[in-house]
Amino acid sequence: MSAFDNARMAPRIGLSEEQAQLLDIAESFCRDKSPVDKVRALIEEEGGFDAAVWHEIAELGWLGIGVPENYGGIGLGMAELVPLVEHMGRSLMNTPFVPTVLAAQAVLRGGSEAQKEEVLRQIATGAAASLALCEDHADWNLQNLSVTASLQDGQLTLRGKKYLVLHAAAAQFVLASVALDGQAALLLIPADALAGRISREKIIDDTQRAYALDLDGLSLPETALMPTDLAGDALAHIEQAGSLLLAADMCGGAYACIDYTLDYLKTRKQFGKLIGSYQALKHSIVDAHQAYEKARSHLYSAAHIFGEQGEGDMAVHMAKAEAGEAYSFAADRAIQFHGGFGFTYDCDAQLYRRRAIMGCALYGDTRYHRRKIAALMF
Amino acid sequence: MADSDIEYDEQDLAAFKDAAVAWFGENTPRDVDFMLPLTFMEVGTDQQFNFLREWQNKVYEAGYLGAHWPKEYGGGGLHPAFQDAATRAMAQARTPIMLNAIGLNWTGPLLLDRGSEEEKQKYIKGILSAETIWCQGFSEPENGSDLGNAQTRAVKDGDDYVINGSKIWTTQGNYADYMILLARTNPDAENKYKGLSFFLAPMKGADVKGGSIETVPIKKLTGEYGFTQTFFTDARISADCLMGAEGEGWLIAMQTLEYERGARAGQAGGHVMMMSDPSDIIRLAREAKLNGKPAIDDPAVQEELVALMTEARSLGLNSRRDKIRPLAQDRPMSLALGSKLASTDFYQRLNAFAITLQGTRAAYYVGDENAHDNGLWQRGYLNSFSATIGGGTSQIQRNIIGEHVLGLPKS
Ligand SMILES: Cc1cc2nc3c(=O)[nH]c(=O)nc-3n(C[C@H](O)[C@H](O)[C@H](O)COP(=O)(O)OP(=O)(O)OC[C@H]3O[C@@H](n4cnc5c(N)ncnc54)[C@H](O)[C@@H]3O)c2cc1C
Repeated sequence: MSAFDNARMAPRIGLSEEQAQLLDIAESFCRDKSPVDKVRALIEEEGGFDAAVWHEIAELGWLGIGVPENYGGIGLGMAELVPLVEHMGRSLMNTPFVPTVLAAQAVLRGGSEAQKEEVLRQIATGAAASLALCEDHADWNLQNLSVTASLQDGQLTLRGKKYLVLHAAAAQFVLASVALDGQAALLLIPADALAGRISREKIIDDTQRAYALDLDGLSLPETALMPTDLAGDALAHIEQAGSLLLAADMCGGAYACIDYTLDYLKTRKQFGKLIGSYQALKHSIVDAHQAYEKARSHLYSAAHIFGEQGEGDMAVHMAKAEAGEAYSFAADRAIQFHGGFGFTYDCDAQLYRRRAIMGCALYGDTRYHRRKIAALMF
Repeated sequence: MADSDIEYDEQDLAAFKDAAVAWFGENTPRDVDFMLPLTFMEVGTDQQFNFLREWQNKVYEAGYLGAHWPKEYGGGGLHPAFQDAATRAMAQARTPIMLNAIGLNWTGPLLLDRGSEEEKQKYIKGILSAETIWCQGFSEPENGSDLGNAQTRAVKDGDDYVINGSKIWTTQGNYADYMILLARTNPDAENKYKGLSFFLAPMKGADVKGGSIETVPIKKLTGEYGFTQTFFTDARISADCLMGAEGEGWLIAMQTLEYERGARAGQAGGHVMMMSDPSDIIRLAREAKLNGKPAIDDPAVQEELVALMTEARSLGLNSRRDKIRPLAQDRPMSLALGSKLASTDFYQRLNAFAITLQGTRAAYYVGDENAHDNGLWQRGYLNSFSATIGGGTSQIQRNIIGEHVLGLPKS
């Protein structure tokens, strides 16, 4: 009767000293480095992000936040990444930050000692990395793998294609999930092995970059294989960590998109009155705001108890489900409430709406996470 | 009010909490053979009233009500964390509600914050012990949401005020000893708000020096009683009943509403509404049959249940997050002003959904042997409107959030 107890237990939420500091720093950093004209300028560039900003992020030590000190990191946890990603979401900032820190988490959980030594240090000092998880079947279940690897004479041979690999073109390592002898396995693939196999995908969110990886016939040394006994746990961890960070990005986006819409409601006049005085708009934006507040509470609760078995997982599912719903609703209304201007590429509402769809498409949408909660609750 | 900065010992708090849990475990009346009100707004019979009055008195005497109010006026003088613990213990033990809600949670904190020394001495203890029952005379037949337009007249006459007019939806109006009354002292003020004054008005006895105050019970949508229309006919009360100065009525009324809506702290504590425990709906979904199978087997039902449970949890998370400064500063007052809307709408949807899990049994009501949980959900749903209408409707709450939190222009 876990659910029964849950409702009666005081809900758990908290903020560490470090989280509070990072919240402050991230707010001004993201605001300064990612004003919306910059976001729009980057849309026109092939790589989609500013290398100088990426460099600063590395200098600030943010890439090492989730990496233990003995591998060159700062030794904090997922909880401390949340305020950063939340503000990146508010500013629609796009860099390889999320795929890189998630790849680091995958190596941390699923890598051999040698792989950790090799990769984590580099990531902590600024190497971008990514995860190749999605497949043709479009299933969110990370264990559903039809891309295969076979091992013979110390050589791995791959079959199949991976999709939606964020910032693959910038990544110095890609971690790919494959089926090896019918079991899930993770491979650590260096960028040079992927030359000529990466093609940019046309995705709904113009602020981001995703690539397809053609792995068919790719041959890798056995050393690319991460310990197979850790793969299941590592994938479960990636799902949780990915969901948490996406929830953070979406919460941030929901806030910013409500803010953007409020500006319009306070300046645009029709029938001689500011349109924000009309309750059809006012009440609806209040509902969007209330949904955002709800999602943000779940976000910081999930960050606070991340990694706890049962409760922690449940909190992450709730956070991702609520963030997806809040962002989608807020951005949908944002387009509508800008009228004809809302239908233009110039209006920022579409940037948020597209990013919300992308955020739901990765690591599971609201319905998917609710089904996961149902499985834990009932 | 007890200073929330005062130090307290965690061990003392833990001991107090254990004692409270044990006390409510032992003393909560069980097997009451008549229907108990779910909220303070549903007190419709003398039997219910007398029972609840005695129960509140017992809880107060045990030290679990107003534990954090100043000792000199009858409180316990402890840190607010102590009363919070007692209130939680009360809710968890599902005890009957605290009767004197308007006294405990609106009038009391208002008096402690801005009342005169005499007013505090005179009223606070009776509020806690349920010796003196309070009602609220704000709404009028023609002026509800537009409270600022209230027209009940109070005319100064020597050492008295003479009241004429009518209030309506007066919860516990027929039982109350006192009313917090919003009345117009100056019809010619420069705007409608400035003509209002606030009274701590007697409802009965010798303090009503002349004329009459009459209360007429109104039957609610549940078929029960609980509120009245209140008629003032040349009712003469002492001028001492004026709280603050003439013309300050609106200001004081607004502060009262902040307590009522939970946007401002200081309440005596104790639960005044028996909210269904959200997880009860999971029990219901297991027991109730839909299309011949337990309702919970239906994936669509599961999804809705999860959404509701997630929402239930967010209510508690929101109020805790409100106390974590860096997570509550983007839009000041957002979480506090949003909580009434969020929770009252939630309970309404929860109860409405619960009814849909019952197949043909959805048709039954309290008192029928076929009713699921004796019609708890049906009654809960009908009652839920008391909270989405009373205390400022959900639409008015959206206006308030839109204007005061999001900075939108007035409608
Ligand atoms: C169970 C219960 C107990 C109560 N107890 C008390 C009590 O003890 N003392 C007391 O003084 N009052 C009490 N009330 C009264 C309550 O405060 C009023 O009913 C409430 O403020 C609404 O006023 P009204 O009934 O006049 O409705 P109206 O104001 O006439 O509203 C009718 C509808 O119009 C909507 N509406 C009105 N104005 C606006 C606007 N500007 N924008 C958008 N929508 C609007 C409302 O939301 C509502 O849906 C109680 C009410 C209930 C239901």
